[in-house]
Order: sequence, then structure tokens, then C-alpha cells
Amino acid sequence: MDFLTRDVLVLTFAALMGVAIMAYVILDGYDLGVGVLMSQAKGHDRDQMIHSIAPFWDANETWLVLGTGILLVAFPAAHGMILNATYVAVLIMLIGLILRGVSFELRVKAPSHLAEFWNHVFVFGSATAGLAQGFMLGHFVVAFRDDYASLLFAALVAPCVLSAYTLMGASWLILKTEGDLQRRAARWGRGVLWLTALGIMLVSLATPAVSPRIFARWFSLDRIIIMSPIPIVVAGAVIWLSRWFSQFDGKDHDHRSWIPFTLTIGLFLLSGLGLGYSTFPYVVIDQMTIWDAAASTDTLKMILLGVVIVLPPIILYSAFSYRIFSGKSTHLTEA
Amino acid sequence: MMDAVILSRIQFAANISFHIIFPTISIGLAWFLVYIREQADRQTDGVWDTAYRYWVKVFALTFAFGVVSGVTMSFQFGTNWPGFMKTVGSVAGPLLAYEVLSAFFLEATFLGIMLFGQSKVSPAIYRLAVWLVAGGTTLSLFWILVLNSWMHTPVGFEIVEGKVIATDWFAIIFNPSMPYRTLHMLLASAATASFFIMGISSFRWLNGQRSEDVVKTLRLASLVAAIVMPLQILAGDMHGLNTHEYQPAKLAAMEGIWHTERGVPMLAFAIPDEANELNHYEIKIPRLASLIVTHSLDGEIRGLDEFPNAHPPVFPVFWGFRVMVGAGMLMLALSWLTFWLMRVKHTFPVWLMRILVPATFIGWLPTLAGWYTTEIGRQPFLVTGVLRTADAMGQVGSSTLFSSLTAYIVLYAVLLAVYITTVFHMARSGAKMSEHEPTFIPQTSAG
Repeated sequence: MDFLTRDVLVLTFAALMGVAIMAYVILDGYDLGVGVLMSQAKGHDRDQMIHSIAPFWDANETWLVLGTGILLVAFPAAHGMILNATYVAVLIMLIGLILRGVSFELRVKAPSHLAEFWNHVFVFGSATAGLAQGFMLGHFVVAFRDDYASLLFAALVAPCVLSAYTLMGASWLILKTEGDLQRRAARWGRGVLWLTALGIMLVSLATPAVSPRIFARWFSLDRIIIMSPIPIVVAGAVIWLSRWFSQFDGKDHDHRSWIPFTLTIGLFLLSGLGLGYSTFPYVVIDQMTIWDAAASTDTLKMILLGVVIVLPPIILYSAFSYRIFSGKSTHLTEA
Repeated sequence: MMDAVILSRIQFAANISFHIIFPTISIGLAWFLVYIREQADRQTDGVWDTAYRYWVKVFALTFAFGVVSGVTMSFQFGTNWPGFMKTVGSVAGPLLAYEVLSAFFLEATFLGIMLFGQSKVSPAIYRLAVWLVAGGTTLSLFWILVLNSWMHTPVGFEIVEGKVIATDWFAIIFNPSMPYRTLHMLLASAATASFFIMGISSFRWLNGQRSEDVVKTLRLASLVAAIVMPLQILAGDMHGLNTHEYQPAKLAAMEGIWHTERGVPMLAFAIPDEANELNHYEIKIPRLASLIVTHSLDGEIRGLDEFPNAHPPVFPVFWGFRVMVGAGMLMLALSWLTFWLMRVKHTFPVWLMRILVPATFIGWLPTLAGWYTTEIGRQPFLVTGVLRTADAMGQVGSSTLFSSLTAYIVLYAVLLAVYITTVFHMARSGAKMSEHEPTFIPQTSAG
């Protein structure tokens, strides 16, 4: 296995971590988003919304464990540094995820006079987790600086990321529901689209502002031409989404209900790609590279063995699960 | 303000204690569900199917609590113990990665099918999903216990420039204490789940829910408990021999032995006094410790004096061990009594039910006491002989740790109360639970 040089291994794990993080923000993004949107719905609509995410949320959250896991085992030095720098935000995120996970069950299993309370906790937990993750992204972008301007910036990014998750959730609901709820989801999607776009802009402008290296990477003449499709396609997708949401009127358009979800995934992927291009090869901007942070070559080989054996089946049975629960989730029944 | 090492340890202990009580129930319960589902698909009277529909909901609740508390753990390795990954990452990293990859996705994905897919897949695929969830939970237990056992009895590595380098993965995975610890924990889960089922079923019985599914599940759990408890005591004894061989300092603390001797008595009661290196108020049973630990009446047991500055605090290890053994013996007696009355005499006396209800969560007591014994017993090391706990500390300040610890403890206390009351609320409305969910459309297909 001579081709597995240290360079190849470190790059592979950086790519894997990128994939895990993108999978997490897309997948848990839609179910956190649906959680936030539950605040806008009542009774039967709420149950429909829960049905649309119920079979998936647990597996979706596992991508977070995998992302953190890869950071921990493949880039241990960065894990310590990042999680120490974001200690409080991580704590708040975890409390949000805990509250959300348990209220998922408790809203139907606790005494019925408490159902409403657990519905609120579910919304609160989803929103808290999303905001904390947004704050972490903002803090990451400013290289974990602790001055007021940097913290203010992170605090600004937080609601934008929550909006992006909510956009994801609304698009998911358009895909998985029908009728009145589906039409309302389109309105919700339009409502959070612009805050999402603002977030993408904030992060895109802040990264080159924070680091001259990143500035040079985007704004030298040849690079501008090569990289310009990314912002142009992002802007195009935002405009398309906006028009789609405005024109959507339910039944006649249902056969195209996959479009907003696909476009939103595209937005997330392009944003991720842009951020990755900016930061590479740093795992903490301009402080620690993936080469500094990586575990020993033997360790990486050992983990890669597991990844190569187990990741394909994971992808297969995840696809199997999505196929089982494909189509509208209106008629889901619990065992 | 307490020092950061202690706060870090308390926070980690609080998180992992809160976490482990849920998998301890859900791993055992998952295998009960495998059996119940298989029976339900074979029999046409629908009794086991009713039982399954009730218990799968209890499982879903328990599993959710386990998942969310488990996610927390994956962050705390790095924040609380960065020195752990730095020094032993080449062993711990792959083992943790294997757990996430091989177990977490499997159980989480098929749980979705198990809970919501019954009307969407064939009965055979559905049974497969139930099997895979149970298998996933057990695989997760396996990998985490491989790592934990390696931390107790590390082998298969060399140390280069202060860092552990893995040299022999077979030796690492099958390290000396792994088979005993894994077996001990699997049986603990089976016993805890059995008492959980017995307690809740008794509660339902006392509440007038005496349908056949309740009785059958109760009888099933009483059979499993009666078989598992003696096996567990045997496994514990084997684990003790292993500790005697590989972790003599821990064993000396468990038995409260300050000086190396032969023919050591067992202390039924004592107050270990660390400062003066002796015990107060000893109640001894002559030679029994030697007999248990070495299987010989005058076998030698090494005392704490042989491990200056490298032995664990004696009091918590000594008493943790006694609480575990005491609770285990109580569970053995209760399980055999229940077995005798329910399965031999075919009676269901009310007084027995009234004992089983408060014993619903009794399995948590020896499980936690046992884990405290073994983990505190490893101190002052995080990895025996390789890495001291204090050297693995992070840079999080005492005041931050104090705040986060307070937040976790308040949250966990509330959630524990919520879990227990919800479990009993579900038991109270039991029959309704197995028929239809108020907000979900009733099950129509036999699945």
C-alpha cells in the first residue's frame, strides 16, 4: 500500500471530514429546521411535520458524531484546540440537542397535559442547537479570536445559520407534505431565504477580510476568473428559490416539489466548497494546518481500513432507509 | 474553587453515569424485543404482538435518552482530556472510529425502520431491522469496552517519544480484561433490562392490566433474570481473578488490604482510613478473600503498601465494590424467588409485585457501583502504568468547568426524573399504548 503516503492519508481524512460535516449540516439541517418551523404550526400539521423527520433524525445526528469523531481521531490536536475555543457554544449546542432529542419522544409519551410543553421544548432545543452551531461557524471564520468585533460577528452569523437550517426544513416539508402545509412551507421558505443569503454573504466577505492569505486566494486576477462561478451560481440559486417559493400554489406544482430541496442542498454544498477552498489547508484559520493536526500515519491507515470497509454499507443502508420512507410522509404509522 | 482535575473528573463521571444507565436498559431490551418480535410473527393469537407494540415504545424512549447523552460524550473526550488522545490516540482513535462507523449508523438507521417502517416493509425485513438494531447496540458495547479494557490492561503497543504506538491490533482488541469486562457488562444489561421489564409489568398488573401479554412478558423476564443473575456472579468472580492478576492495586483497594498477606479475611464491613493506612470497625470472615480471589485458602494477596503513590483512593473503591456485590446478591435472591413463584408455582402474589415495582431500576445500582469501583480503582492512572489522569487534563479553567458541570447536573437530574415518571406514565396507560398512539394513525397492517 505504498500509494498511501502521509500526504494522501491526511488529504483523504480532510476530505472525509468535509463530507461528514456537509452530510451533517444538510441532513440534521432539515430536521433542525423542521423543529424550528414547528413553532409556526398547530395540532395535525405538527404531527405531519414530525412524521416527515421521525425515521431519520437519529441517523442524521450520527453524522455529527462522525464529524467530531474524525476530528478527534484523525486531527486530535485540532479537536482539543477547536473544542476548547468553542467550549461554551458546544455546551449550549449539546443542551439544545439533548432537549430536542428527548422531547421528540416525550411530546407523545409524557402525560398529555405536558404535550404542549414538550412541543415548546422541541422548538427551543432545535433553535438553540442551530444558533450555537451558527455561532461556532462564525467564530471559526474569525479564527476563534475573542475580541468584541469577532464575537459580535459570530453572534450575527448565528441567526443566519439558523435561517439556513430553517430554509432546509421548509424545502424538506415541500418535498414530503402536501396541501395547506406544503403551501405554508413555501411561505416559510421565502421568509428565511434572505437571512440565509445574508449569512452566506457575511461569511464570504469576512473570510478574506480576516486573512490576507484567503484574500489573495480569491482576488488575484486568474483566480477570480476560475472561482467566479461559485458566487454566481449561489446568487442564481437564491433568485431561483425566491421565484419558486413565490409562484408555488400547491397541487399543480407538486410534481416539481423536489426543486427547492435540491437547490438548497446545492446552496449548502457550494457554500461549503467555498469555505473549504478559503481555509484549506488550515483547520484553524492561519494557525493550524491539517498536516500539523493529523494523527500518526499508522493511526490514519488503521482508521482508513475501517472507513473503506464500513462506509459503503452505511451509504447503501441509508439509501435503503430513505427509499422505504420515500414519497409523502402523511401516512406514516408508528410501530 | 475545586481544582480542575477533580472538576473534570466529576463532569466526565456525571456525563458517563447519566449516559450508561440508558444503554444498560436498551441493549438488553433490544434483545428481548428480538425474541418477542420473532414470537409475534410465529403466533397468530396476537399476544406477543401486543407486548411488542408496548415495549418497542419504551425502547424508543430509552434509546433516545441514550443517543443524546452519548453525543455529549463524543465532545468531552477532547475538551476534558486532550492529553488522552495526544498520548494514546493511536489506540483509542481507531477503536472509537470503529464504534461510530460499525455501530452508531447501523442502530440509528434501522431504528427508524423499527419504529416507523412496520407497514412499509415485509415482516422478514422488519425482523431483520429489529435484529440489526440489537446487533448494533451490542457492537457499540463491544468496541467501547475494548477501549475501556485496554485502558485497564494495556498491551500490544510500544512507547516512542512519550507516545503510545499500536503494534499488535489483535492483542489490543483481545486485551487481558476485555473478555471478562464485556461479558460482565452484557450480563449486567440483561439483568437490568429483566428487572426493568418485571418492575413495569408488575406495576401494570397492580393497576389492573392483567391481559395475557403482560403476564407472558413478566414470566419471560423472570426466567431471564433467574438465569442471568448466577451467571453474572460467576462472570464477576472471573473478572476478579483477572483484576488480581493484572491490577493488584485496585484489588487491594477493593478488599481493603493495606499489607501483603496470606490467608486474607474478607471484610464484610470496614471504614478504610487512608491517612493511617488501616481499617476501622472491621467485620472479618476468615480467609474468604484469599479463597475468592486466588481460589485457595491461604493464597497471597498483595497489599496497598506495595504501590506507594500509585494506588487508588481506598474508601470509594472498597464501598463501591460492596454496594455492587450486595445489590447483585439481592437481585439473585429476588430473581429466584420470582422464578419459583411465577414459573414453578404459577402464582402471582400481590406482595411480590409490590417488591418488584420499586426494584424496576435496581440494575442501575450495581452497574454504576461496579463502574465506579473499576474506574476509580484504575486511578491515579487514566491508562494503567502509561498515562496519569492529571497529565491528560485540558486547559478549560475551573470556573468554566464549574458552570458547565452545574448546567449538566441540573439538566441530568431533571431528565432522569422525567424519564422515570414517563416510563411509569406509559405503564399506567399501558393497554392504550400498545393499541394506538393518540397522535399517530392506528396500525392497520399486521406487519
